[in-house]
Amino acid sequence: MYQILEKKTLNANTKLMVIEAPHVARKAEPGQFIILRVTEDGERIPLTIAEYDREKGTITIIFQEVGATTMALGQLNVGDCLHDFVGPLGKASELEGLKKVAVVGGGLGCAIAYPQAKKLHEMGCEVDLIAGFRNKDIIILEDEMKAASTNLYVVTDDGSNGRKALVTEVLKELIEAGNQYDAVIAIGPMIMMKFVAETTRPYGIKTIVSMNTIMVDGTGMCGGCRLTVGGETKFACVDGPDFDGHLVDFDGSMRRSAMYKAQEKASVERHECNLMKQEVK
Amino acid sequence: MPNMNPKKMPMPEQDPNVRNKNFDEVTLGYTPEMAVEEAQRCLNCKHKPCISGCPVQVKIPEFIALVAESKFLEAAAKIKETSALPAVCGRVCPQETQCEQKCVRGIKGEPVAIGRLERFVADYAREHGEEKPVQPAANGHKCAIVGAGPAGLTCAGDLARMGYQVTVFEALHTAGGVLMYGIPEFRLPKAIVQKEIDTLKDLGVEFVLNFVVGRSETIDELFADGYEAIFVGSGAGLPTFIGVPGENANGVYSANEYLTRINLMKAYRDGADTPILHAHKVAVVGGGNVAMDAARCAKRMGAEEVYIVYRRSEKELPARLEEIHHAKEEGIIFKFLTAPLEITADENYNVTGMKCQQMELGEPDESGRRRPVPVPGSEFTLDLDCVIAAIGTSPNPLIRTTTPGLDTNRKGCIVADEEHGITSKDGVFAGGDAVTGAATVILAMGAGKRAAAAMDEYIKNKK
Ligand SMILES: Cc1cc2nc3c(=O)[nH]c(=O)nc-3n(C[C@H](O)[C@H](O)[C@H](O)COP(=O)(O)OP(=O)(O)OC[C@H]3O[C@@H](n4cnc5c(N)ncnc54)[C@H](O)[C@@H]3O)c2cc1C
Ligand SMILES: Cc1cc2nc3c(=O)[nH]c(=O)nc-3n(C[C@H](O)[C@H](O)[C@H](O)COP(=O)(O)OP(=O)(O)OC[C@H]3O[C@@H](n4cnc5c(N)ncnc54)[C@H](O)[C@@H]3O)c2cc1C
Ligand code: SF4
Ligand code: SF4
Ligand code: FES
Ligand SMILES: [Mg+2]
Repeated sequence: MYQILEKKTLNANTKLMVIEAPHVARKAEPGQFIILRVTEDGERIPLTIAEYDREKGTITIIFQEVGATTMALGQLNVGDCLHDFVGPLGKASELEGLKKVAVVGGGLGCAIAYPQAKKLHEMGCEVDLIAGFRNKDIIILEDEMKAASTNLYVVTDDGSNGRKALVTEVLKELIEAGNQYDAVIAIGPMIMMKFVAETTRPYGIKTIVSMNTIMVDGTGMCGGCRLTVGGETKFACVDGPDFDGHLVDFDGSMRRSAMYKAQEKASVERHECNLMKQEVK
Repeated sequence: MPNMNPKKMPMPEQDPNVRNKNFDEVTLGYTPEMAVEEAQRCLNCKHKPCISGCPVQVKIPEFIALVAESKFLEAAAKIKETSALPAVCGRVCPQETQCEQKCVRGIKGEPVAIGRLERFVADYAREHGEEKPVQPAANGHKCAIVGAGPAGLTCAGDLARMGYQVTVFEALHTAGGVLMYGIPEFRLPKAIVQKEIDTLKDLGVEFVLNFVVGRSETIDELFADGYEAIFVGSGAGLPTFIGVPGENANGVYSANEYLTRINLMKAYRDGADTPILHAHKVAVVGGGNVAMDAARCAKRMGAEEVYIVYRRSEKELPARLEEIHHAKEEGIIFKFLTAPLEITADENYNVTGMKCQQMELGEPDESGRRRPVPVPGSEFTLDLDCVIAAIGTSPNPLIRTTTPGLDTNRKGCIVADEEHGITSKDGVFAGGDAVTGAATVILAMGAGKRAAAAMDEYIKNKK
């Protein structure tokens, strides 16, 4: 069960895996996610469904190794199995009826935005895809993004590839140039989504963001993933993960995401220490 | 001649100041000698009033008579005739409002310790080679169960014994429902629950974990897969928050989240992957079993001060008496007639305290309990770094929003008749917390049991 069928390294700390999970593949839609556990005592972490193949019964995940669990996941190889894999969770993105859209992806967010861009493109929607990365070394999925968009704008913070600019600058220029977007879809770090929402607010363009809050069960049972949207408490795992970016309290969510920083750091140290021990043996 | 001691045989326990630092079981259970002595307190009443207090009609005087004769395995078999999970119920049933409340020995002294005897017998049978069940001959029909809590497990077991091919679909990575993710190890060891689940597997019940009905597949799709009747025992897992400002600050948990991190994800173990806040001063808002469990877990996680903040008086506390007693012994501080007004936080959004208000009891409300009303000018603040909301849960909307034709009431509970669990949708049965809202293990089991009989009837009559 939940066997790793394929593994690719996209950049130094970003990996792609194709997982055998027919129950999930049968119903998956863009915007939904899975929750997995690597080992029997492992924590539950959410990852977006980057692609699905209903015939083969597989789900593709793309993840950045940022802490103990994603690092442990990255250690696994083709043929290994995940202990648990549940989904599809969350609401699918509402893409019906959109004719022209700007999709803004930040770093790994590009992987998360990719299935939406692809589906929109297939639906015949005009897609301007703005992909921002810190530098050229961490650019991922460039060919896939090109194929899933009408116009692709790659920018880097340091100008090492594409333009040296922030995604919000490009977005603003495109809007100012007269592009009439039905919606802007922003996926990436919360701080980036916040600024995208601020960029579109004066123009009144509908802005959809994908909230990656800390989750446990992913079924609406714990409330750990809650955030404030338009003054109301919502659960990201069941009410989202997509929300109206103009209503989300990003500052509150950013603070909640940092809740376990100290423990996460200790966990990484333990994990690295275990790896060292394995190598010594 | 019966044993006329007016008091129950006490049950050995860990010392309060030792146990409030570990997660091992608090109560240690009777020895066979103690059980026999306690069993001799039973008068074997002809009209058996105790049985009328038990939601599943355990044959109480009969099993206790067997205990008095030291026939413990026979006693276990007697209980199992009507109850599926005696090791669990003996530990968690609110006996003081059920079987023991009706016991005639309770008129002049303490009632017979029915719960403790039930637990003893079930533990004894488990430890002394209860026989593995034999898988019954298959009758060729398939049933599905949604949710592996006590309702679903009981229904699955009964159907399997009738020869049905039963599949249990569970959203989490572990079966057991609240018994696994909610009730802590020190009150209900997980190995006991796991043993009950393994027994069902021996009976041929198939468990599909990590399967969220409504997302992975809908109820209608399960019918299309060939299940002829479906039991929904999805519980009441959606937490209610307190509804005061500051509730989304870091350090505010629902009891579900706090207990899930500890029980299901083992966050209490050193080096666990799942993080949890190691708080110093904790307030748990609520007064039920869930609140007691959260408070006692917080204490065991190292908190120096743990409060139970409850807006009515001690008399109205809905928790089991034993839990209240144990919580007090372990140093939990009770703030009765106290209601939260606001949770305060620092600039990093970490909890610093909770503003509260003193209450007094006024006129009875629709529940018949006297309504707490604020005392003007009585505001005060508790210094805290963690607040846990344990003020109730309701059924999750996932199933009702993905199952056309399944009626629910305004509280989101599935509408089902009490006797058979029949819902508005053909072939769908329901019971447990999903129907009643948050209730008890034994009521959930009773509902699962009655639904199994009704499902059998339904499938037989269909052809
Ligand atoms: C709906 C959703 C979709 C996501 N999709 C992707 C994806 O496709 N690819 C990807 O690389 N990442 C994705 N994430 C983020 C991913 O879940 C976290 O990076 C991962 O949990 C980090 O775990 P860790 O133990 O490796 O790192 P840690 O060191 O434990 O955590 C690093 C940071 O990740 C966040 N985090 C920690 N635990 C959790 C948790 N249980 N749930 C959510 N966030 C957590 C915290 O903000 C934390 O500071 C998604 C998150 C959500 C909510
Ligand atoms: C902390 C705590 C302490 C308690 N203490 C006591 C006590 O001392 N005594 C007592 O009698 N009662 C107690 N209770 C109440 C008791 O546990 C419940 O009444 C009982 O567990 C209800 O059983 P159930 O089978 O209806 O639901 P649950 O036990 O809630 O099980 C429902 C199961 O269904 C699963 N599920 C939900 N939705 C889906 C879906 N869409 N697809 C698949 N699976 C799904 C859930 O993950 C869960 O495993 C306590 C409850 C809590 C939370
Ligand atoms: S099942 Fe519960 S109520 Fe019934 S006899 Fe046992 S302890 Fe009492
Ligand atoms: S009421 Fe009490 S004394 Fe009488 S049979 Fe029941 S348990 Fe025994
Ligand atoms: S992750 Fe638990 S409710 Fe959303
Ligand atoms: Mg982690």
